[in-house]
Amino acid sequence: MRYPALLPALVLLPLLLSAMVALVPRGPRRLAGAAASSITGVLGSAVVLALMIDGGSWEFALAGWEAPLGITLQADGTSTAFLALMTVVGVAVTVYAAAEPRLAGGPDFWPLWLVLWAGLNGVVVAGDLFNIYVMLELVTLAAVALVALGGRSAAAPALRYLFVGVVGSLLFLLAVALVYAETGTLDLLQVTAALEPGPVLTAIVALTLLGMGAKMALFPLHAWLPVAHPAAPAAVSAVLSALVIKAGVIVLWRIWFGLADDATAVRALGVVAGIAGAVAVFWGGAMALRSSRLKQIIAYSTVAQVGYFAIVLTLADGSAAGWSGGVVLVLAHGLAKAAMFLAAGTLAVAYGTDRLSHLHGAITHTPMTVAALGIAGISLAGLPPTFGFVAKWQLLMAAIEQGAWWWIGVLLLGGLLTFGYTAAMVRATFNRPGDDEVPAPHRVRSVLAVVPFTLAIASVVFGVFSAGLVDLVAEDPTVRGHG
Amino acid sequence: MTPDAQVDYSIVPLLMLLTSLLPAGIIFCLREDQVRWRTTLNMAGAVAKVGFVVALIPPVVSGDKLRVSMPWVPGVDLVLVTDAFSLFFVALSAGLWLVTTIYAIGYLEGAPNRSRFFGFFSLCVTATTGIALAGNLITFLLFFEMLTLVTYPLVAHRGTKDALDGARTYLAYTLGGGVVLLAGVVWLTALVGPVEFTAGGVAAVADLAAERPGEATAIGALLLIGMSVKAAIVPLHGWLPIAMVAPAPVSALLHAVAVVKAGAFGIVRVTHDLFGLSVAGELGLLPVMAGFAGFTIVYGSIRALAQDDLKKRLAYSTVSQLSYVALGAALVSPLATAGALVHIVHQGMMKITLFFCAGLFAEVQGISKISQLAGVGRRMPLTGAAFTVGSLGMIGLPPLAGFVSKWPLALGGLDAGTTWVLPVLIASTLLNAAYFLPVVYALWRPEPDDQEAAVPAVPPRRRLEAPAALLWPPVVTAAMVLLMGVAAGWTYSPWGLAEIIAGGSYR
Amino acid sequence: MTFVDLALLAGPAIMMIGLVGHLLIGDLLRRIIALNVASGGVMLVLLAVAAREDVPDPVPQALVLTGIVIMAAVTGVALALARRVDAVSDESEDR
Repeated sequence: MRYPALLPALVLLPLLLSAMVALVPRGPRRLAGAAASSITGVLGSAVVLALMIDGGSWEFALAGWEAPLGITLQADGTSTAFLALMTVVGVAVTVYAAAEPRLAGGPDFWPLWLVLWAGLNGVVVAGDLFNIYVMLELVTLAAVALVALGGRSAAAPALRYLFVGVVGSLLFLLAVALVYAETGTLDLLQVTAALEPGPVLTAIVALTLLGMGAKMALFPLHAWLPVAHPAAPAAVSAVLSALVIKAGVIVLWRIWFGLADDATAVRALGVVAGIAGAVAVFWGGAMALRSSRLKQIIAYSTVAQVGYFAIVLTLADGSAAGWSGGVVLVLAHGLAKAAMFLAAGTLAVAYGTDRLSHLHGAITHTPMTVAALGIAGISLAGLPPTFGFVAKWQLLMAAIEQGAWWWIGVLLLGGLLTFGYTAAMVRATFNRPGDDEVPAPHRVRSVLAVVPFTLAIASVVFGVFSAGLVDLVAEDPTVRGHG
Repeated sequence: MTPDAQVDYSIVPLLMLLTSLLPAGIIFCLREDQVRWRTTLNMAGAVAKVGFVVALIPPVVSGDKLRVSMPWVPGVDLVLVTDAFSLFFVALSAGLWLVTTIYAIGYLEGAPNRSRFFGFFSLCVTATTGIALAGNLITFLLFFEMLTLVTYPLVAHRGTKDALDGARTYLAYTLGGGVVLLAGVVWLTALVGPVEFTAGGVAAVADLAAERPGEATAIGALLLIGMSVKAAIVPLHGWLPIAMVAPAPVSALLHAVAVVKAGAFGIVRVTHDLFGLSVAGELGLLPVMAGFAGFTIVYGSIRALAQDDLKKRLAYSTVSQLSYVALGAALVSPLATAGALVHIVHQGMMKITLFFCAGLFAEVQGISKISQLAGVGRRMPLTGAAFTVGSLGMIGLPPLAGFVSKWPLALGGLDAGTTWVLPVLIASTLLNAAYFLPVVYALWRPEPDDQEAAVPAVPPRRRLEAPAALLWPPVVTAAMVLLMGVAAGWTYSPWGLAEIIAGGSYR
Repeated sequence: MTFVDLALLAGPAIMMIGLVGHLLIGDLLRRIIALNVASGGVMLVLLAVAAREDVPDPVPQALVLTGIVIMAAVTGVALALARRVDAVSDESEDR
């Protein structure tokens, strides 16, 4: 069997498993769901390993129908990196959710989670624009349903999330229609080669930026995120922040670096995206500093970090360091954010709330969970030797290469803000000696602390031993385009 | 360092990191009541590190270097090297870690959260070792930031509002400094690529300074400002007196071994081993730094005068004394350089003695104010004697260690033609005397009768004046202060080594 | 102006009307319908693209079919959520 034939399985297998899990009665469904998710995780790891050994670039035409008529799936270094993130976080969330049903939203979590996983894999490996659209919708629907598992109060945030997601998708679908009208094909590689510069190209890029900007909560289209992400159960919040956001990011980057040209209008769009990103960094950071609940802080932190993903649009333009910095940033953010949300969930279970003011003593009672929060925050803030630093270092290098010193300021100050709210979270967990009035926390299963801690430690280990990983993603500085 | 210096690839530098990193990892996993395990691990790590240092001194002095590296972010390697200067600093931190560990074990007996404390304590030393061994700027930066992060839980250890606020101020200052440093490192790396520290300066950096002096100056300024935060040079010193809320062993660590020394060490590295003295001088970095350092010396002393809290007075004294290192590093004279280097060790040894004693006064007698110290020396003669030796050393009385650093600094200042150094040093010495002598006098003064009731008396049948684990560390370090001064002529004494290292910058 | 040109212009216009309506209206049900109007606009563009030549292009038509299915699913989920939102707010009013 040729390895690339594994690519469709990444989407089809979890979908199939999801249907099967949905048929299992509610009682044993957790077991079935965990088993099915594990199988998906094994498949994901196998594909990632094979891609890494193969060094690369796979293409697969479904049922032998080549583009433009058939459905093609593709995987390159960037896909490998994203798939690796989905697999690592996916497995971690699976273990976590299996250990504590309350943090996953009950047995309904499992089929939805499998659909979401399928969609995420699909966005990464889809080779044509329309399938990207379909997979994005799959992701949105599953994610919205998962948010709704957060209880009655989660219905309104979930609906708001759905509205934003669908509007973003419609804008993107219009861009897809324009692409087809211009080129007669939807295959990304063929589109990149065939699309002529002009106003239509500008419109396509602008619609994608707007659509994906809404989906990934880029300032000022971010208002739904700090409502929706905390409303979901903790395991879901982790997936939303670490992975679902990234679906929008990879689509935006693929289109942008594949299609964008040097036209003035496109350049202006890049500047607009950069400014929006910079404002997001500061706004998200400031709001996180003002928040008083763990999950809200972490959600605003995501708003801030999404700003960096928009800044990458300008920083990675023709800069290998900027591009690989961007991809590493996605990975680092995914790991750290998943660790943070899972840790917040554990603390919420232990203390019955995630209000900062109720957490004192946590550093003594649940040191591993607090350590996970702190280490993940350090990685987000981009301090050495974490994975986040590896990303930030390269982005700084790219900024200097381009003589764009103002980005240096944004990156460094943004890092300080990030550290500020991380320190605020850790500070809240200290207690005075003999402070015995603090009610001892509920006991939680140790796996709930081990999972976020492992993710956090992973972001340090990957940071120290980052050389090979960076080579993997740095291989193709301008994704599939620019010649 | 001989010109035919030999560089060997070896994992020894890595092992030196692991001697404290491994115990840290294991200690975090220990239960609170596993005291024996924790103590064994701590002591084993500390002794092993000292052992490495002792074994390495002769070959390194004769010019051998051990180096280990691994690729990290694209285009940049992580490098650990044992050159003479790095070993000098490791020796200080390893030796003082050993005594501080003993002291901390005694100090925290029965206190909560000890696993956390000793874990971060070991991490702190790991970071300091990493700073010492760092072979290039980015490795240095890595451990510099790590040091900031792992000392935060130590400063905040008690969890009181004061402790948390002090820790926050500390973090804000040092992380801010770290960001400035990072900006400088990125800028330099983008222009000349990754550069390794070389005694006498890096050729690529000298070329950059010749071609684009403006940018080189800006980079140098960023690097030095970043370091100066940790080295507590005015106006970036604000965190140091506030971080005094930490437990006494932590204060000792902050002030003598780790944080401020990392800053001072970094300043010497940047001026001597990155830019090189002549280049840094041409760019105008040295005179400016010398100016700030000179001002800090006097300013810190004056502020120290006004403090009644003993630890606060010691803190401002640190602010002042640390700038001796920066000042010496900024003077182009082998004598001044050697003076600066040796002061890194001497100040560490003297200040740690003083902090140990201050901790003892607070623990045993419940005294933290200077005005309450009257007669304490008579009740705690060993502690009082150690404090006296440390104070007199700080003032620079021969034959104590402080004299061996102040004298060459003054001579070097004259040698380099910066005559204003002399009045600054004289003024500082007078001020040192003015704020230390009253403390010493109070210690030995006969106790006024009316205060006897206010101060709890020592239990009469105690054999020692204080628990042994708390008492011996300051006594040992005080003895070292005396020994380092008396034996300064020996080849392997701190002064002897400092002269050898300083020679490397003037080849 | 041919019919196709008209459709190509009308499609984005309808989409804009739908989106603006979606953003300005408060009532949840009407917002959901506005979203469907907007999606109709996009579908119109795709159909017009398919009809540009004498022999209709099947690819965009297939896309429209898929898009309609997706919109139906989205509408279903949205309606279910809207009912729940209304139920929650009714409850809090009753109290």
